[in-house]
Amino acid sequence: MPSQEHSRPQRRDDAPDEAPEPTPAAPEASARKEDLDSDIDSVLDEIDGVLESNAEEFVRGFVQKGGQ
Amino acid sequence: MTVRRVMGIETEYGISVPGDPSANPMILSGQVVNSYASMQGIRAAHASWDYADEAPLRDARGFEMNRALADASQLTDEEDPTLANVVLTNGARLYVDHAHPEYSSPEVTSPRAALTWDRAGEMVMAESVRRLSQVPPGVNLYKNNTDGKGASYGTHENYLMRRETPFTDIVRHLVPFFVARQVMCGSGRVGIGQDSRTAGFQLSQRSDFFEVEVGLETTLKRPIINTRDEPHAVADLYRRLHVIIGDANHCDVANLLKLGTTSLVLAMVEDRALDHDLTLARPVASLHAVSHDPTLKETVELRDGERLTAVQVLWRYHEMADRYLRERYAGEPDADTAEVMHWWAVVLDKLEREPTLAAREVDWVAKQQVLEGYIDRDGMDWSDPRLRAVDIQWSDVRPEKGIFHRLRAAGRFEELVDDETVLAAVHEPPPDTRAYFRGTCLRKYPDQIAAASWDSVIFDIPGQTSLQRVPMLEPLRGTRASVGPLLDRSPDAATLLRELASASG
Repeated sequence: MPSQEHSRPQRRDDAPDEAPEPTPAAPEASARKEDLDSDIDSVLDEIDGVLESNAEEFVRGFVQKGGQ
Repeated sequence: MTVRRVMGIETEYGISVPGDPSANPMILSGQVVNSYASMQGIRAAHASWDYADEAPLRDARGFEMNRALADASQLTDEEDPTLANVVLTNGARLYVDHAHPEYSSPEVTSPRAALTWDRAGEMVMAESVRRLSQVPPGVNLYKNNTDGKGASYGTHENYLMRRETPFTDIVRHLVPFFVARQVMCGSGRVGIGQDSRTAGFQLSQRSDFFEVEVGLETTLKRPIINTRDEPHAVADLYRRLHVIIGDANHCDVANLLKLGTTSLVLAMVEDRALDHDLTLARPVASLHAVSHDPTLKETVELRDGERLTAVQVLWRYHEMADRYLRERYAGEPDADTAEVMHWWAVVLDKLEREPTLAAREVDWVAKQQVLEGYIDRDGMDWSDPRLRAVDIQWSDVRPEKGIFHRLRAAGRFEELVDDETVLAAVHEPPPDTRAYFRGTCLRKYPDQIAAASWDSVIFDIPGQTSLQRVPMLEPLRGTRASVGPLLDRSPDAATLLRELASASG
């Protein structure tokens, strides 16, 4: 749990510690996208392993009655 | 006042038999409940529910709906012996609500505890699924809120409030808050519209199903603010605010923020500390518009003409909370409140800069990231059934098959509460509410309890002809501190009741 330090709002001009250093928008965005892409690909591989094989049938078969 | 108050989460789970969409969900839900109950040695015929205090048609606006006019789904107080309904040793209620198994968490006093006992419910459901899987094809359960075909079911939050707070104040300040809150707490959904007729992705599972601002209904014409007035506590003192608009959350941070920020806003309502009126011009339309905009850039119009994004609306509430806490606690609130304020600012800041930064904290962001990954890799569009399959299976309760759980095991989410703590909460009640008395009695004297409810335990003492009903109308009594020693030294219910009688006599 975090220590009881400032609870003041952390706005764009007052970025929290865990934010990356501000860099020009375009390079930062494409560098992050590349990292995310390879990162996500391994995630997708993992999900492929557990996803129901016939997606259409699975989705069609998922029918619920309304609740509250 | 802070984020701490008596609160709890009720979750209706989606239920499905692989390959058999026409299987009867009421019977299946009963099997889910009974399977768990028999595993835990809780006989469903015993420790059943005490319906004496249910009043689902009482409206907070000061009247009671005529029973004859109510939709059958509103009559939640009629005892049907075929409906499985048990109380667990952690103080939770596990039962069939219409056509879904529902886990209603025990009363807790902090968002962190709410999150803990909510996740304990996931473990209860997973255990049930595991048991039922011994007879193929088994039953699957999903911690989600829609089938994408027009049906929706709820994850309800409950907040105990002071009765004296005018309901109109609650409505005025909560409506804009709930319209905006989904940017932090939405769980993501493939498909736009109640029946998903438009392809795309939206922030919230539930928003499309909300059609009015205020009302008593929960299964149709759903209202942003539900007016059910059924406190299960001393009615003169307490109101139980019953919130039906939220999504089921998997991410610890999103779940913490859902309960924590709402509780804090309620504290400010109770203390009349909200000096900004953020009333929206068109709340229901704005609710849908915000959900349908994953860029978070669209603005909503306030009644006074100002336009703000949902994130900006939430910053307004955060600023008011920050000022409120400084005034009352000199900037040093309790640890639970500090934790909520910290994450609230962190998440809003990330959402404002670049939503993908919040993939470890916010459910819809994580889900969208995976879905967009599929679209990029396989060249799909939003109408591809595989995306809807991911959406559904995201919330499968099985740790080895549920997509969220697989990703969590791979370390992709911020964890606030560890598995060991959640495992303990499956069997142990929260120590600081009446759930402690309820759960502990069920553990110690299972054969001597005829029924239990939120505000009573009914004992069946051998040798006594009449049942003994112990009312528990004070949610903060019956705690470990107040009755723990007494329970510890009572080997049976008869002794307990004798001790209770002499203590109060």
